[in-house]
Amino acid sequence: MDYVAHDASAFAPPAEVDEMELYHPKTFVGKYIWSQDAKVIAIQYAITAIGIGLVALVLSWFMRLQLGFPNSFQFINPSNYLQFVTQHGMIMVIYLLTALFLGGFGNYLIPLMVGARDMVFPYVNMVSYWVYLSAVLLLIASFFVAGGPTGAGWTLYPPQAILQGTPGATWGIILMLVSLALFIIGFTMGGLNYVVTVLQARTRGMTMMRLPLTVWGIFTATILALLAFPALFVSAIMMLLDLTLGTSFFMPALVSMGQQSEHTGGNPLLFQHLFWFFGHPEVYIVALPAFGIVSDLLSVHARKNIFGYRMMVWAIVAIGGLSFLVWAHHMYVSGMNPYFGFFFATTTLIIAIPTALKVYNWVLTLWHGNIRLTVPMLFAIGFIFAFIHGGLTGLFLGNVTVSVPLSDTMFVVAHFHMVMAVAPIMVVFGAIYHWYPKITGRMLNDTLGKFHFWVTFLGTYAVYLPMHYLGFLGVPRRYYAVGGTDFIPASAQSLNAGITIAALIAGAVQAVFLYNLVWSYFKGKPAGGNPWNATTLEWQTPDTPPKHGNFGPTLPSVYRWAYDYSVPGAEQDFIPQNVPAREVARSGTKT
Amino acid sequence: MGIFHELTVKPWATDQGKVDDLHAGGTSPPAARKLALRVFLAVVAVLFTLLVTAYSGRMAYEDWRPAPQVSLLWANTLVLILSSVALQWALYSVRRGRIDAMRIGLLAGGTFTVVFLFGQFLAWRQLATMVYFELTNPAIAFFYLITGLHGAHLLGGLVAWGRTVARVWGDFDVAKTRQSVELCTVYWHFLLLVWLVLFGLLFTGNNLDVLLKLCGIR
Repeated sequence: MDYVAHDASAFAPPAEVDEMELYHPKTFVGKYIWSQDAKVIAIQYAITAIGIGLVALVLSWFMRLQLGFPNSFQFINPSNYLQFVTQHGMIMVIYLLTALFLGGFGNYLIPLMVGARDMVFPYVNMVSYWVYLSAVLLLIASFFVAGGPTGAGWTLYPPQAILQGTPGATWGIILMLVSLALFIIGFTMGGLNYVVTVLQARTRGMTMMRLPLTVWGIFTATILALLAFPALFVSAIMMLLDLTLGTSFFMPALVSMGQQSEHTGGNPLLFQHLFWFFGHPEVYIVALPAFGIVSDLLSVHARKNIFGYRMMVWAIVAIGGLSFLVWAHHMYVSGMNPYFGFFFATTTLIIAIPTALKVYNWVLTLWHGNIRLTVPMLFAIGFIFAFIHGGLTGLFLGNVTVSVPLSDTMFVVAHFHMVMAVAPIMVVFGAIYHWYPKITGRMLNDTLGKFHFWVTFLGTYAVYLPMHYLGFLGVPRRYYAVGGTDFIPASAQSLNAGITIAALIAGAVQAVFLYNLVWSYFKGKPAGGNPWNATTLEWQTPDTPPKHGNFGPTLPSVYRWAYDYSVPGAEQDFIPQNVPAREVARSGTKT
Repeated sequence: MGIFHELTVKPWATDQGKVDDLHAGGTSPPAARKLALRVFLAVVAVLFTLLVTAYSGRMAYEDWRPAPQVSLLWANTLVLILSSVALQWALYSVRRGRIDAMRIGLLAGGTFTVVFLFGQFLAWRQLATMVYFELTNPAIAFFYLITGLHGAHLLGGLVAWGRTVARVWGDFDVAKTRQSVELCTVYWHFLLLVWLVLFGLLFTGNNLDVLLKLCGIR
């Protein structure tokens, strides 16, 4: 093999990527609080997201306690039950998953994986985090205002979201809407950074098609988010105006609690369209980074190149594009024209094609691989299980005729938790176990990790698999109590109690994970620079954890794609991206 | 290399490797700031497209009552066009090294923008004093919302404009300033275009038929 660029620099054009001028702070506050280093910002994002996510976890326990053991707990009444449901959903989807995947993993991995010193606009990146933090603080504040947080459901459908009688209809909803608007402003600042960094700050030799799939996933998800969040932004502002100034964007003329409201002529369906124009891409804003990351985890820990790299890229892009054409499948019961239903069912089912393609490719990557059942690999395989389950029930719900009777039942809850909660969170855990050694320089404890995986995996299955059956029985979602309902047998209550116990256990085991994070930071086995023998650039940094600027005096040059594992003829079973062909032939690989 | 071609290459193939090794990093010619502005403009375009869609969707209902006409908007439109022209003049001048003309263009652009915003504020006041004023009428509420968001984007632009203006006195880096002037000009042209679409489609009478034809419904 004879590569040109490595030693024949005369033929190579000068790199377009200039050296960045980095701001080097001297003080502790400058380094770790008002930091402009993407890696520090990533950790700030991650800690904030996981912190608020734990609040949402506890809220889900409260819900489950009521459902499993009705009326046994005095602090749960119908009002705050609805508040728990709403805040759990909102926090998990937006403030945890979106922020963690894009703000957390995006910030940490994009510059390192593309071979850049930092994001292109470090200052804007820093502001992005602080705006996000303000959004989270406003959300937390809503728990302490009169009336508590909003209980309108995470979809915040008007008119009920802002009518008196809905919990938190005075202050809670205002804080929620302002917090969402802030979140979006903060995200847009971060998102511009991620997109421009991927497009413009890649190092020499790093073509788009040499990027690891993690970067492709985060990059495409960021574009989706940039284009989808404006819909949530305008709907939040419009609802805020309906509430505070008495406009009638969404609020129709109606009688509420015996009073004729002042609103006239608003259109609540308009909100649903706007909300889901954001809401469905949001599913893929969470899923695409997970798809990308899991591809890399599978490849590294199976010591095999990813099966069908190009198709994986195309599938990510195709899913991203299609995700804007399916939003009204969330609105089958809103009284839409049947032809619309047909259209949206068709587009929804078409998404199954690129998605199934990805699943086949993951499984085929494992086929004949040298599989190492490390903790990240266990979580990656757990993801495939959860995702296939959630995906298949998605095919049920994509069809109008099947979806209508299942609407607003526990079947829907089981479906979207499988596909959008369990599956991505498996990837989040896998990714943390995988990259923790790079972030801290120490390995996470393996035994605790395996225990964490098995209890989480089996626990979440024990929660959501039986929940599908409750949905078939017709048990509705979002109900504080179903009361005496003839079509629901008494045994459904026993199932509910079982689910609650599983949920308590699956939630409690996360304490083991948190303990592992803290314990390993101080006492974990030293990791070295590249403990998994991975090829991508973040594992080739001169320092672990990488210093500000990432790559020492010179940026790396890239000579191969990200998946040279078990290459025939090479001494070692991996060839890092920055190792030229000449060096592979002479002395095996650099480590 | 076009995006479609790029997506079809086989990065694992040895021959492709030789080509890829020579890749100098980065993807497309525009500098990072320029690209960031383009991405941001795409976000803003989505925002206003959604508003136009929401407005026209609402228009199609039978109980739609158009908002009263505010003729001041015609004058405001003219002023906004002037601000764009002034900034274009600034850009034209800086490209030819005429720094004084650039300063005049920049200052005029900003001044016209402030006048436009003040004019919009007056239009708000005018509408609020009309007999037909009723905030619960969606047409009127949409008018305030859409003009407000458009004005907010111009205000944001004025911050960038202010930073540019502050830099153009005494000794300064002409190349850097030229890029800033260019970015401001692109942003202003874009917001002018947005305004012309908003004004033409939504605030010059009942254009429901046009909108429905645009959507292919009629």
